[in-house]
Amino acid sequence: MNSRYAAWGVGLAALIALPFVYREPYHLHILVLILIWSFAYTAWSIMGRFGLVSLGHGGFMGVGAYVTALLWNHLDVSPWIGIPISMVAAGVLALVVAYPCFRFRITGHYFVLVTLALSGIVLQVITATRDYTGGSLGYTPDRARSGSGLLALQFDDKTTWYLIALFVWVVGLLIWRWVDRSMSRYAMEAISEDEDAAAAAGVNVTAEKLKITLISALMTALAGALYCQYQMFISPDTVSGIAVSLQMVFAVIVGGLYVSLGPTVGAVITIMLAEVLRIGFGTKAVGWDNLVYGVLLVIFIIFLPKGILGSVLDRLKTQPKKT
Amino acid sequence: MQAFLDTFDIYLLEAVVNGILLGGVLALLALGLNLIFGVIDVTWICYAELVMIGMYGMYYMVQVFGLPYWVAAPFAVLLVAALGAALHYIVIAPLLTAPPINQLLATGGVLFILQSFATVAFGIDFRNLGIRLPVLAIGEMHFSYSRLLAFAAALIGMLAIYFFMKRTYTGTAIRAVAQDRQIMSLMGVDTKRIYLITSALGGALAGLAACLLVLQYDVHPFVGLSFGPITFLICVLGGLGNFVGGFIAAFVFAQIISLGGLYSDLEWGYVLAFAFFIVMMFIRPAGLLARRS
Repeated sequence: MNSRYAAWGVGLAALIALPFVYREPYHLHILVLILIWSFAYTAWSIMGRFGLVSLGHGGFMGVGAYVTALLWNHLDVSPWIGIPISMVAAGVLALVVAYPCFRFRITGHYFVLVTLALSGIVLQVITATRDYTGGSLGYTPDRARSGSGLLALQFDDKTTWYLIALFVWVVGLLIWRWVDRSMSRYAMEAISEDEDAAAAAGVNVTAEKLKITLISALMTALAGALYCQYQMFISPDTVSGIAVSLQMVFAVIVGGLYVSLGPTVGAVITIMLAEVLRIGFGTKAVGWDNLVYGVLLVIFIIFLPKGILGSVLDRLKTQPKKT
Repeated sequence: MQAFLDTFDIYLLEAVVNGILLGGVLALLALGLNLIFGVIDVTWICYAELVMIGMYGMYYMVQVFGLPYWVAAPFAVLLVAALGAALHYIVIAPLLTAPPINQLLATGGVLFILQSFATVAFGIDFRNLGIRLPVLAIGEMHFSYSRLLAFAAALIGMLAIYFFMKRTYTGTAIRAVAQDRQIMSLMGVDTKRIYLITSALGGALAGLAACLLVLQYDVHPFVGLSFGPITFLICVLGGLGNFVGGFIAAFVFAQIISLGGLYSDLEWGYVLAFAFFIVMMFIRPAGLLARRS
């Protein structure tokens, strides 16, 4: 076990040291994006691994991004306060939708479609309130006056953002691990096998599911807010709606749903793929990345449902141990 | 789209009638999805994208190859029916024993494929048939013929499916498989064939919807998103696999969208419909017509 902790420690130290050694802005930009999306995908996988497949996470992300930006632009509320507010808003939204779902045993297809409605609502509300949110044209948080970058959580240099994203990503992994080691995991696994049996065994089905959903929604909203602060531009298509929700599902499935670094691997693959196609084909690449995503998603679900990392780790484990 | 918006601004009654007309097409879409779900127990998340491909098929046959609308329409229906069968054969069949969520996600992948295929192959421009049907005026109310035609054709399509299911041997077999899939294979019904036929039927309904929608909407690769989600909500509200429930739910939704659009923007009509859906899920989680257990 010790060697494993050591590996994590060395890896983390290397990641922290990276921006001080290597300063190529474009590559750092890609890394920041990978870290932020990894965090969002990790948030999704916390629910998804227990069979709670949500297509509403695009909605939570949209709430996180837009509430933060709107509070800053219209009410001068610093993102330091705005982000927690937006997370609470997403949490409340998650509870309002999820509680009846779980209370009335809406599972499987029904749960997927109810959450799909949720991201549909968020997308339509953002588009409908175009006087405030800019509608489908997108929205930009106001630039901070010079010198107040910290207050506005706006930084020009990539290194700062890299460290913030790295910190949040590590926190995400720790939350994943915490859930993985907690009693909740056993409760949730029992629930995903058979709700009645789990309830009979003394598991509070509704409360356990709500807890997992709430954690996942709060993290997703944070990811949305960070994405907004980093990119300084959000549009309904990039942070909310069904496409974003499906993108999360796709990345997590490809990376590996049941392992902690699976969503991260998924984020690396999807973002690298999109970038390679974008650089390789230029404007001709429009659409190609999603075409490849789609084909890969279908192939993975049919042949490798545990994802790349999950399958690799499985193979390593089943090999007979020497010494 | 403009004609679609303009008709909402005049009278309540007009909005109500338009809601009914919209409901016809939505009911057709919901019927296709319900058929697939009821028989194969799979949700095609990419259903609206099949419609989109059908709309492009119509566009190319009518605008590029110059076929008359009435000749092109059956081809479009056949094209999407073949697509539906192919979707089942390639994607769903290998996953029949997998967890239901995997099947749903795989069709999500197909959604990506179809959308981006359309983007790559046809570009992101908005295209239309260039057919402008006249507008019917009753008193001071105006209804476009394209919507009346869509409503009538949707009803005929639904009736045809109804008689097919009730009167033919294959239809009876499909209904039997929907009731109990294990027993029917013991009774000598080739379930694989039935699944394939059902998928083709579901595709054909999507194709018919495409022929009707292409008269009202411009085609672009993401057009599926504007009526896809609402179709799923209708199916869930009516109870997945419940044909009558889906039919009623389609008209309820169409009225909410139509009336919501009358008092405010069209988006708010959709928001209202979504919110109504979530509230209804709390009251009747198993669908409108579900019996209380």
